Amino acid sequence: MYGNDFPAGDAPGGGLLDEVEAAEAALREAAERGRRGATAGEDLAAYFAEVIDADQKIEPRDWMPEAYRKTLIRQIAQHAHSEIIGMQPEGNWISRAPSLKRKAILLAKVQDEAGHGLYLYAAAETLGVSRDELVDLLLSGRQKYSSIFNYPTLTWADVGAIGWLVDGAAIVNQVPLCRCSYGPYARAMIRVCKEESFHQRQGYEILHTLAHGTPAQKAMAQDAVDRWWYPSLAMFGPPDSDSTHSAQSMAWKIKRFSNDELRQRFVDMCVQQAEVLGLTIPDPALRWNDERQAYDYTQPDYDELMRVIKGEGPCNRQRMEHRRRAHAEGAWVREAAAAYAAKQRNKEKVAA
Amino acid sequence: MSTEHTPLWEVFVRARRGLSHTHVGSLHAPDAELALRNARDLYTRRQEGVSIWVVPASAITASSPDEKDAFFDPAADKVYRHPTFYEVPDGVAHL
Amino acid sequence: MTGPFDFTLRLGDDALIAAQRLGEWSTRAPEMEEDIALANIALDQLGAARLLLTYAGELEGAGRDEDALAYLRDDREFRNCLLVELPNGDFAVTMAKLLFLSAYQVPLYTALAGCADERLAAIGAKARKESAYHLDHASLWVRRLGDGTEESHRRMQAAVDEVWPYTHELFTPDPAAPVDPATLRADFDATVTAVLDEATLTLPQTSWTPAGGRDGVHTEHLSYLLAEMQVLHRAHPGARW
Repeated sequence: MYGNDFPAGDAPGGGLLDEVEAAEAALREAAERGRRGATAGEDLAAYFAEVIDADQKIEPRDWMPEAYRKTLIRQIAQHAHSEIIGMQPEGNWISRAPSLKRKAILLAKVQDEAGHGLYLYAAAETLGVSRDELVDLLLSGRQKYSSIFNYPTLTWADVGAIGWLVDGAAIVNQVPLCRCSYGPYARAMIRVCKEESFHQRQGYEILHTLAHGTPAQKAMAQDAVDRWWYPSLAMFGPPDSDSTHSAQSMAWKIKRFSNDELRQRFVDMCVQQAEVLGLTIPDPALRWNDERQAYDYTQPDYDELMRVIKGEGPCNRQRMEHRRRAHAEGAWVREAAAAYAAKQRNKEKVAA
Repeated sequence: MSTEHTPLWEVFVRARRGLSHTHVGSLHAPDAELALRNARDLYTRRQEGVSIWVVPASAITASSPDEKDAFFDPAADKVYRHPTFYEVPDGVAHL
Repeated sequence: MTGPFDFTLRLGDDALIAAQRLGEWSTRAPEMEEDIALANIALDQLGAARLLLTYAGELEGAGRDEDALAYLRDDREFRNCLLVELPNGDFAVTMAKLLFLSAYQVPLYTALAGCADERLAAIGAKARKESAYHLDHASLWVRRLGDGTEESHRRMQAAVDEVWPYTHELFTPDPAAPVDPATLRADFDATVTAVLDEATLTLPQTSWTPAGGRDGVHTEHLSYLLAEMQVLHRAHPGARW
């Protein structure tokens, strides 16, 4: 899961998979159209622009503007970091999950996020950067991850709220990325979105069960929605008026909708889902605007978003410390595996 | 995981009998045995009865269709600039 | 005397507590790839635990389901072996525990697959394949750590020394059980010896053979593990999740 709250989907549930499949079909169709006869020729920049214009995919061995490469590396890497750091808030509840079924689902979900992180690191590597470099950038704090993961999971209902709101926001962000102009990223996103289709549903189901449970459970669910609503809105990043990277990314078809468009889409989607849950979205100004055919809503606190991005959220230090410790404590294991592999190679050489 | 210790492997999966192995992605591992185990865990979490190949990325020779390669920056000769990525196997829904 | 209920409960508790410990590795593994592998193994153990505890509840006939058995018993009522409740320690300790557990579970589930009780036989048939994978994974890492660097060799040998005494409890004879654990010993010894030899490791010489798990007399660790696992479920009596 991934926000857009650093410089970089659609309807959930049934709609999500349809859109992902449509993106996949478009990808195949573009590939079949081919570009027979069209070769790079002398003017590589013109050829690159033609491929983008024709909604075809740029592939790793193609020429690409350096800024395009850098933008993609940053965006894919931050997306990968978000998946890896994003394991922590939910992983926090694996040991205390209230039923064995919930424990199994949560373990599988957190495991999926590790998998998504690895798909994305591998996609970034096709752009000529190594995973080691990317992990260093994360651990040294030079690259960011989605700021949403700097909030704590205080109760079990937070696991549900993350699934419904955070995964929901991530999906709204990610589905358009399935049509991104860079082939490896688009293909990775198709795979990620397909796998994530169950994440949001499990979160929604947790909240639904709590909201229809005991009064204490319902209160727990409402409290979680109260705490996660605005941070989830902030996942779409600063308002368009303040967003610095959008225009170029739109032209390159890395990004296809603006932050505010996606945020609006998310709000419109959530209102009816909240009604079914029987929970209240903590925004007294939330109401249908007939003229705009969309909901009016209160913007999240963007100053808070900036503070969290800067490192002053409730859990920034804890999340980074956890990741650094796991990496440092695993060093001797990785060295042992490398040493063993080297010994085996030497044995093979001697034998040969 | 350190890249110098842990080379890149390309992973090919046979999703079902009757289909050929298809490139699904890549991963890092210090040796072939671990690469195979990691590939099973990473790329076939939702499937049964598959066959997996892992190939050191450095053992793959890629064609260079045009003169474009001459314009590549130095990163172009790194092994991880492989041609394809994440082919979603046909007919595998809800992967 | 061990009836089918006690026997099934033992197996279910082994798998459940092993899953709980393995789950603690999530977000902490030495490599991201290993995070995924350990989660897979935890999920397998948890899956087996759910089947076994559900069946144990049915055999008991007192209306307890998997969650009642997992969340509403105290440590003195758990029947798992001590081996699985030991803290994870470093990665070497976890791999030593997994090697010994899976080298025991493979022949156990294999024998179970052929037993007269159809439900247990079906569980055994499913779980033995998973255990074979766990054994493969543990063996692979024990070889790498044992025959890797000086540090990893030292840690892996220390882990084997620390955990080995807890293996004896697994094979306490019980001729009345659907599978007598004593009959699994030869298979276990052969597997473990081969892996350790290849890993340039040795078995410790010790006469200490801690036991008691099968009678509900555990290490001090189990109560803490259960306190964490059960806290939320117990805080909301009768709630659905």
